[in-house]
Amino acid sequence: MGTLVRGALSALYVGSARKCRTLLFDRRRLFSADVIGPSPHSEHAGTAAAGHGDDELYCRLYRTHIPTSPVQKALLAAGSGVAALLDPYRHDMVAVLGETTGELALRRLRDRMRGDPEGYQILQERPRIRVSTLDLERLGAMPDGSFGREYLRFLDENGVTPDSRVDVKFVDDEELVFVIQRYREVHDLMHTLLGMPTNMLGEVVVKWFEAVQTGLPMCILGAVLGPLRLSARRLQLLTATLIPWALRNGMNARCLLNVYYEQRWEQSLESLREELGIEPPPQL
Amino acid sequence: MASSGGVARTLCRLYYRFSVCRQCQRQVPNLSKTNRFAVSTRLYSEQRSTHFGFETVSEDEKTEKVYKVFENVAQKYDVMNDAMSLGIHRLWKDALMHLMSPTPGTLLLDVAGGTGDISFRFLDYIRFRQDREARRDTLSRQSASWQEITEAYQPGQSDTQGGVQAVVCDINKEMLKVGRQRAADRGYGTGLSWVVGNAEELPFDNDKFDFYTIAFGIRNVTHIDQALQEAHRVLKPGGRFLCLEFSRVSNPLLSRVYDAYSFQLIPVLGEVIAGDWKSYQYLVESIRRFPDQEEFKAMIEDAGFFKVQFHNLTGGVVAIHSGFKL
Repeated sequence: MGTLVRGALSALYVGSARKCRTLLFDRRRLFSADVIGPSPHSEHAGTAAAGHGDDELYCRLYRTHIPTSPVQKALLAAGSGVAALLDPYRHDMVAVLGETTGELALRRLRDRMRGDPEGYQILQERPRIRVSTLDLERLGAMPDGSFGREYLRFLDENGVTPDSRVDVKFVDDEELVFVIQRYREVHDLMHTLLGMPTNMLGEVVVKWFEAVQTGLPMCILGAVLGPLRLSARRLQLLTATLIPWALRNGMNARCLLNVYYEQRWEQSLESLREELGIEPPPQL
Repeated sequence: MASSGGVARTLCRLYYRFSVCRQCQRQVPNLSKTNRFAVSTRLYSEQRSTHFGFETVSEDEKTEKVYKVFENVAQKYDVMNDAMSLGIHRLWKDALMHLMSPTPGTLLLDVAGGTGDISFRFLDYIRFRQDREARRDTLSRQSASWQEITEAYQPGQSDTQGGVQAVVCDINKEMLKVGRQRAADRGYGTGLSWVVGNAEELPFDNDKFDFYTIAFGIRNVTHIDQALQEAHRVLKPGGRFLCLEFSRVSNPLLSRVYDAYSFQLIPVLGEVIAGDWKSYQYLVESIRRFPDQEEFKAMIEDAGFFKVQFHNLTGGVVAIHSGFKL
């Protein structure tokens, strides 16, 4: 009886926390007398799971989730912005900036994905682009000019791997976690489709494209502040040809998150570009 | 919902010690106390559970988890200390040294000394004292020859074991590595010894040291009473135990500000500067878990120390506890 009362009181507490989206789930579990302590698993596992039982009483929605208050998000956004500007190689700070500032844009993206049949399928099936899920040998065996072969060439030429993405930590909706993860994983594919290398110039061009397509504040910031680090000659090239081209593409092309790339490795790059509405990259 | 939350909060204030839910950032009843009781009556194994911040873990797990935390933070430890305390931690450590007022020839054991801040200050203080003595000596000798004056300016013979004046002991090798590097950078070559050891089971003989300090380390120890007993064992009779640790803020307004600062800002700083949110979340939670000034004083007295006192610094954010072995 005492445990039920305590459970009720603590449920009211958890209930009053604004950020808990799995509220209903937590409340139901809390009212079951067994679960006032750590989760039931800990009884069987003995010791190891005891530490995680507390988390289930609060609002962790996925393994790498760190629930944050609005104040913390604001501080994180400011701090990570400064850190990313000071040291552009801190990819984790760029990621944190994207997560903390991108909630509205991610929701809009998710709604666009839901509206498109292929995007809806992606949201249902949740494919991941990782070394473990990609069959790199199969991609290498494909004919030149096919999307898969060109993607592999891009990875090799620029020395990048699809596994280098940071975990999502500060997004408070489990579906939006997938959307932002998909956006990060599709970034390299955007490079391939746009034909841009991973040097500073190429990254800025892709950021402009992404800013128009996704509307994420982090992309907009990167697009606006990125050119500051370029030399004058490259800046001139950027403003004269590349940015207008990227903007045109961004506005005319289909939303690139709605494309089920895993089913299109055999398709030729030209036909994929035509289908998506992307002009071939200008000759530099 | 707001009103029921208010009633529940008032009720809970009566029955529970408050802690701040690390996820929801709301004050919630101290469920883990209930947890601990519930867990210990239900677990079949002999493993007792303890707290790791606001989580409940087994005692073995806690030692391991704390080790990992400090392994991760070792490289950025000093930068983060400055950022989190706005440099005030230096004043706290200086205050500890002034309270200690060591004289030349004494031997210090700095437990959980990791990056060496206390030991460096100890060496500086002793050197300063020695220089002062030497200067006073030469001043008092009115007609000293140049030879005598030169001899007087030699660094004083500290009659300790092999010239070692401070022993830094830490359970974590990464922290000691960083400490040794810092010592080399600052030129504290001789006079320091670096030992890997557990505060609950020190690798030293009885009655060895004049001073035992543990600065911001004892809250990470799984069995605090064992650490205190070990401290009593390795100190010489007449030796002094000093502990610098975060403690309870009594002023309610300052306490609210401090809580907001700890829970909102410090993990953010950890994420931005060190790329590690969770270690710094553990840090602020472990502070809330540590006993308050009076309770800790009682624990020190239980271990056999006499004339146990505490001094609050910065309104109780930090407290220095001191006791003597007689």
